[in-house]
Formats: sequence, structure tokens, C-alpha cells
Amino acid sequence: MSAVENALPQFSKSRLDEIKALVARYPHARSALLPVLHMAQEDFNYISMDVQKMVAEVLGVHLMAVREVVTFYTMFREKPCGTYLLEVCTNAGCMLNGADELVQHMCDSLGIKVGETTSDGMFTVTEVECAGACGGAPVVQVNNVYHEKATAKSMDELITNVRAKGGK
Amino acid sequence: MTISSDPKKVTKICFDRIDIPNQKSLAVARENGAYEFLPTVLKKFDSDKIIEEMKTSGLRGRGGAGFPTGLKWSFVPRNTGKPTYLLCNADEGEPGTFKDRDIMRFDPHLLIEGMIMAGFALDVRDAYIYIRGEFLAEANILDEAIAEAYEANLLGDNILGTDFSMNLLVHRGAGAYVCGEETALIESLEGRAGRPRFKPPFPAVEGFYKCPTVVNNVETLATVPAILEHGGAWHAAIGIPNNTGCKIFSVSGHVNKPGNYEVPMGTTLRSLIENQCGGLQHGTVPKAIIPGGSSTPWILAEHYDVPLTYDDIMKAGSFLGSGAIIVMDETADVVALTRRLSHFYAHESCGQCTPCREGTGWIERVMNRVDGGTGCEADLTVLKEASEHMSGRTICALAEGGAAPILSMLEHFPDEVRSRLKEKSS
Repeated sequence: MSAVENALPQFSKSRLDEIKALVARYPHARSALLPVLHMAQEDFNYISMDVQKMVAEVLGVHLMAVREVVTFYTMFREKPCGTYLLEVCTNAGCMLNGADELVQHMCDSLGIKVGETTSDGMFTVTEVECAGACGGAPVVQVNNVYHEKATAKSMDELITNVRAKGGK
Repeated sequence: MTISSDPKKVTKICFDRIDIPNQKSLAVARENGAYEFLPTVLKKFDSDKIIEEMKTSGLRGRGGAGFPTGLKWSFVPRNTGKPTYLLCNADEGEPGTFKDRDIMRFDPHLLIEGMIMAGFALDVRDAYIYIRGEFLAEANILDEAIAEAYEANLLGDNILGTDFSMNLLVHRGAGAYVCGEETALIESLEGRAGRPRFKPPFPAVEGFYKCPTVVNNVETLATVPAILEHGGAWHAAIGIPNNTGCKIFSVSGHVNKPGNYEVPMGTTLRSLIENQCGGLQHGTVPKAIIPGGSSTPWILAEHYDVPLTYDDIMKAGSFLGSGAIIVMDETADVVALTRRLSHFYAHESCGQCTPCREGTGWIERVMNRVDGGTGCEADLTVLKEASEHMSGRTICALAEGGAAPILSMLEHFPDEVRSRLKEKSS
């Protein structure tokens, strides 16, 4: 393989400065692993093996330490997701207020199953555990923004609006 | 603060300022009393006095275990030559719980002030708020509030011109319920998978990077400013003995007005639901109530008038936990709900203890059969035995939490469960 193919993805200079400042706030650099992985996911959409190798290098920890964390925590993705990640809480409070029917409706209107992404790469629908906002059940997180008291209508509107704007 | 100094008149502590618009900004918070008493604490109080006031207050940890906060603080060894860390547990993940989120997004300075006072009492130099990863908006609000506090010399070096210096940093988790357990939280903050540690040693002695560490819940820390301003005896006079103060209850499920309600300890469950939450969605009597988050055993209508205290809920056969009340009215499908909760515990088991790793997974598979209509009588025995056998045989309490809904369903709704079974065959 050529050198170019072997090159790992890299954080931007400003990200690296941010990470350096963050590491100084902890007794050991390893503590910055979760926040740095959040940054990586924000920058690269998902945390590929190459990104994991790069994070290990940046923090000076073993790749296995990074692998262990990436695979343990549900928010970290090793595969890409759609531009809009729709995470529907279906735990107790949301279930009692129609979350199962809601997620079914969303999947039906998008023509996908739970966990899948639409063919245009726009929407991914997943079920998640308690989002900690049961007073607003059912809750859908749209790219980490909480939509509370979500309904089939409000989700249809959100999807229509995104499509009308060409996904922007 | 604007809370009455007459304990009989107090109905709210943490939520006293919650409805004030833009309370998250330092300027507004200060207009309403935030940090007003802090100089007195830093200049006139010392560690012993603060811990004594906290003990007198009777405050019990609001995260779920209800351990006396003053006592927890008194366990921290002094002059060990090691730093002492203060960690705020904001990993609010127990299904049904959503109270800490409101404190953080609406009145972040209350939490920050509580942490400065706690940090001063415990001689802390570095403190962290471990917040669940999904609470990105709340983490951003805290970041901004902390930046404002640094700017105003309320954090950082020589706070308000005193010798006390403390840093505070928000640290996001990444989606793991078990990290709400304090030793798993510490593991996670050390950049590892959140697997609970054996206790002892307790974190107070050996916690974050083997240093003395205090882990307190958001609501617990947010109660500290009022206690120090008005005195431990004042707090002890609110609520009822051994269950003092006010408590935020997160009410969800089949009520007309779900939400967070702070009331003095001892308010009855019925009063909370009928007077504050607008009653049930259907009918007048609940089918079942989960009083303290999904890990606590269910109680039935016969306990509708139970006073909301640690002791009374325990007498009714359950736990007050984090104050997360999930209400099921007559329309609730208790078998489907239990099946969903069994999935939760199987998904969230960290996997290090065999009884929990295997037990929660096994229970989930059997519950899928039972709820799906293909279960048999023997499955119910498996559910009961697996639940009982995994309890008390693991490092943390997650397995007990997973057993609670199963055992509650079998005990209280045997006929409803049996009606789902495939007839007599396996």
C-alpha cells in the first residue's frame, strides 16, 4: 500500500489545541478519552478503526484502551449514520405514552427498519434507552437535540421540512 | 436565596428559583441571591462546621441510595498528602428520572455554588461534573455558567480573594446507564469502560486515581447552599425526622401533567398525583406505581396514600430511590412494560459479573417469549429463579434493578402474565 493509503485521518490544528488544553484539566491524559472521542465523532461522523488509531496516538494510550471504550459506550458509532440521526426513546415512560407506535410510524414513512438509514443517506432511526426526559414522553433526539412530546405529526413535519430544504 | 427562614413555610429548595427566566445567566442568578452567602462560608466557616451542619441537616443523598451526605463527607481522610476530588454525579439515567436535568438547565449556578461550598469543606482543588452524554444542551449551559463563574472569580485561583482555589470541569459520558453507579462513574472518568469496582475501599478513601473522592448527586449538591445559609437545624425541621427537607419527584407515565415537582418530604403519593400532576389519564386508581425509578419494586393502589419518604416507601415494600415515579393506569400492559425493562437491563449490564450478564440476557429472552405469546408455565419459574439468583451476587446493584420489575410483575399480576402463555404446552 502507498503511504497515502496508510495515512490516518487527522484532527484539525484548532482541535488539537483544544485537546491539549483539555488534557491539562485532568490528572492523566487518559481521562480525556471520552471527550476526545465525542470530538472525533463530531468531526468524522463515526469512529472508524483509523480514527481510533489516531485518537490513541493523540492521547498516548494503547489502541486497545480506545477500542474498549468505543465498543462499551452506546453513543459511539463505528459505522456511519444518516445526516439526521433520529433516536427514539422506547423505555418505560415513553412506552407508556406511545413510543412503540411512534417509532413504527417513523420507520414506515421512511421505508426503513429500526437501525437502518434511508437510501439517500438522510435519516437513520434507532431506538435508545431512557433519555432522561420522561416528563416530555415520548422523546426523540434529533442529532442530539431533544424533541419532547413527539407525535407522528411532529415527526412527519420534521422529515418533510428537512427534505424540502434538501437536507440542509 | 429567597427561601423562607421559617422551615414550616418552605415548600421548595432546589426549585426555589427554577421559574425565573434566564436564571442560568450569572447576572440574573445573582439578582436572585446566588452566591450571596458564599463569601460568609469561605471566610467564616471551616470544614468541621460545614460537615457538622450537613450532618445536623439530615440530608440524605438524592441520587437513589439515600445515604446521609454529612456522614459521607466525614469519611474523607484528611492530610493524606493526596488531592481530594469532588465529582458531581449528573449521569441521570435511571428510567423515570429527569430531575437533575432541570436543575442544570434552569439554575446551573445553584449546582456550581453547592459544589464550591462542598469543595471548600473537603479541601478540593479539582472538581468535575460527570454528565450523561445525551445531555449535550445541558452540558453547554453548564460550560457557559462555569465560564461566567471563573470570570467573576467564583472559581479558579483564590476564590473571592480567599486562600481557597478550585477548578470545575464538565465531563460528558457516552451512553452507559451503569456509569451512574459511583465507582463505574470513576472508572469512566478515568477514560475506561464503566465497570463498577469492588467496595471497600470506598471512594471516600480510594476513588478517582486512587485518591480520596466524594461523589454526590446534582440535587444533593444543589441543596447545600440553602443548608449552609439557614443552618442544618432549619433543614432538619422540614419534612419529617430521618426524611428531612424537600425532594424533587419526577412523575411520568399515565398522568395528565407529567413533570418535576418538588415537595416537602412526607407529602402523600395520592396528593402529588391528584393535586399536582392533574390525576391519572384513565380511571381514578393506579394499576401500579414504580415509586423510585425502574429498579425499584412496584407498589399497588393499596399504598396510594403512602407518605413520600425513604422510610414509608420502604415499609410499603419498595424504595424512594431517585424519586422517579412511573405511574401505570388501568390501560397499562404490565407484561409488555416488563419485557421492555428486561431489555434495558440486559442492554446496560456491563458484563463483568456472570450472574448479571447471563441472568439479564436470559430473562430478556424469556420475557420476549412470554410477552410474545409463546411462553409456558415453566418460563415463569425461570424468571423468578433467575431474578432471585442474580440478586446479591454481583458487584453493583444493576442485577437487583433488573430483578425488581420481573418479581413485581409475577407477584402482583400473575393472572395477567398467565393469560399470555401458550396453552399448557412448551
